[in-house]
Amino acid sequence: MKAVRYYGTQDVRVETVPDPQIINPRDAIIKVTSSAICGSDLHIYGGFIPTMHKGDILGHEFMGEVVEVGSANHRLAVGDRVVVPFTIACGRCYFCKQELWSLCDNSNPNAWMAEKVSGYSGSGLFGYSHMYGGYPGGQAEYVRVPFADVGPLKVPASLSDEQVLFLSDIFPTGYMAAENCSIKPGDTIAVWGCGPVGQFAIKSAYLLGAERVIAIDRFPDRLTLARAEGKADVLNYMDVDILGALRDMTGGQGPDACIDAVGLEAHGTTIDARYDRVKTSMYMATDRVHALREAIAACRKGGTVSIPGVYGGWLDKFPLGAAFAKGLTLKMGQTHMHKYMPRLLERIERGEIDPGYIITHRVGLDDVPQMYETFRAKQDHCIKVVIKPGEKMSYAHQHVGHVH
Amino acid sequence: MWYAPCCHISGNTGDDMHTDRLIEDAPSPTRAVTLGGLERWGSVTTAAAIMLYGVSRRTPAGIGLALAATPLAYRGLAGRWPPPLTTRHPGPEATRAALSGDRGFVVHESVRLELPVAEVYQFWRRVENLPRFMDHLHQVTDTGNGRSHWIAKGPGGVLVEWDAEIINEVENQVIGWRSLPGGDVTVAGSVNFDSVRGGRSTQLTVRLQYAPPAGRVGAFVSFLAGREPSQTIREDLRHLKQILEAGEVARATAPRAATPQAASQANAPRDIERGEQHELWRMP
Repeated sequence: MKAVRYYGTQDVRVETVPDPQIINPRDAIIKVTSSAICGSDLHIYGGFIPTMHKGDILGHEFMGEVVEVGSANHRLAVGDRVVVPFTIACGRCYFCKQELWSLCDNSNPNAWMAEKVSGYSGSGLFGYSHMYGGYPGGQAEYVRVPFADVGPLKVPASLSDEQVLFLSDIFPTGYMAAENCSIKPGDTIAVWGCGPVGQFAIKSAYLLGAERVIAIDRFPDRLTLARAEGKADVLNYMDVDILGALRDMTGGQGPDACIDAVGLEAHGTTIDARYDRVKTSMYMATDRVHALREAIAACRKGGTVSIPGVYGGWLDKFPLGAAFAKGLTLKMGQTHMHKYMPRLLERIERGEIDPGYIITHRVGLDDVPQMYETFRAKQDHCIKVVIKPGEKMSYAHQHVGHVH
Repeated sequence: MWYAPCCHISGNTGDDMHTDRLIEDAPSPTRAVTLGGLERWGSVTTAAAIMLYGVSRRTPAGIGLALAATPLAYRGLAGRWPPPLTTRHPGPEATRAALSGDRGFVVHESVRLELPVAEVYQFWRRVENLPRFMDHLHQVTDTGNGRSHWIAKGPGGVLVEWDAEIINEVENQVIGWRSLPGGDVTVAGSVNFDSVRGGRSTQLTVRLQYAPPAGRVGAFVSFLAGREPSQTIREDLRHLKQILEAGEVARATAPRAATPQAASQANAPRDIERGEQHELWRMP
């Protein structure tokens, strides 16, 4: 089969590899009908994620058709159409039973690596480094899905791939980010980053009862989408002082909760952002922390800072003092996918949201390396790239141009 | 049971180890005069340099050179030259003698499982199950009357064998065993089963005290050969937990096999869906 493989910083290639096979009794093999490039794939592409090996198959947002099931998988049948969560969970350990699915004890074969960094390991992930299990990912024609009797969600034929594909990661991730804000009626929520997760965090904050959402980015396309589809007020940090603007917009009190949907590659115009940039470029720091610092500074007293953005290392100049002084609650972590997927599928079925609105590009597998670069550089108004592995598509003709 | 490289490897030098001791003290054979610290370090570093040089050459002669340095490394680590090979099994009191006093290594590790204690206990008590989660064990056979025969993969793929007997057993609480004289390995161990979280979970604690064939040098050589000394027992218990909780060992790739046929064969002994595993198959 063809698959997208990692070869180094800003080097991914499409190559032919052996088809995946059933290894364990609870496995299933999925023929991928739709896949996607995630913003967190760009962290890999940028060389920020350790324990990636040459030849690793990328991709953790995918869906498709079941073509083979293991002997102990009694929940799926050949022909089922499923969306696959990017976190792999056994469903039976302490953490799965607590609905902390992304912290599953039993799904990471390389747990010892993560234990060296974090003390204890979270769940295995598709296509996201050997520290998270070394599982081949979903930017491919076929994928082996472990513990497929608890993960994949069957989807009705009445919904298109593009309506349900983002249940695999970014919609639940944006939703959990908003849920972590403990939103009460009348609340104002500020969202840093208007990429796909930020867009869904905006939508979800309204679904959960927020009165006002303020979205922060620097790319006009993304801010336009946040305003047009997300109904958010938008701030471009290239033009305005974010802390001052948020203070003014909330009567001097600050947003009730702040969502950092940016993560470890934050950009910024302030001194601290430049400091991060210099330090990380000299390999003296692991993460660029600007967005999180600003979210902590902006948040009202007693508020919540919710962090769906990915962080990987030891943060420099992290303002824990400010968080302490204001009695903030910090919530973070990989999304507990299995908990959110069924309830969000219901919301899609009820027509409360159609997540396909963020798609800007549709490509075949051969064009994926080029799209990584387009997505990284935010060229061509790129917000979300959907991959159709089964179709021969030309990059040049599949630009959707949604927001302009 | 024999763990070549283990975590928490510690020479039995401190009194704090008495709580872990599985064999009571026996009259210790006369010990050679131990060396001073500087001399021991000199031996270790010299041996390590020779070994590293030998291994780095990646030739049979280089490996031979590395192996030739093992007695020197033993001398540095143990404080005395290794005993002649012919005295490895001195007599019927071998286990007691080898593991008494300050001899042998003590390792311990624990894991918690989301299963009632009886299920975990029954799985462990059936000694044939042990190779399913202990990578280096080739086969364990119950020979009756609390005795069992063990075959393990030693360093370099050499098979080592020994017999063991259960010396302490309280159902759903503890199993203790020790090797019988005449085997390749001298070992004693215990596993405790503690019911926690109101009986919903089991905390399992393994303690092992062992004298590998070449003492600390064996562990050192295994380490040089590339195995992760601190991970073996922890990984084994992780696999036990995966088998009992999830029904299978999590794998990103087929285990050590080039062909699908070989892969399915290699996976077969661990396949929970085959054989007697159905009683352990539980839906959440």
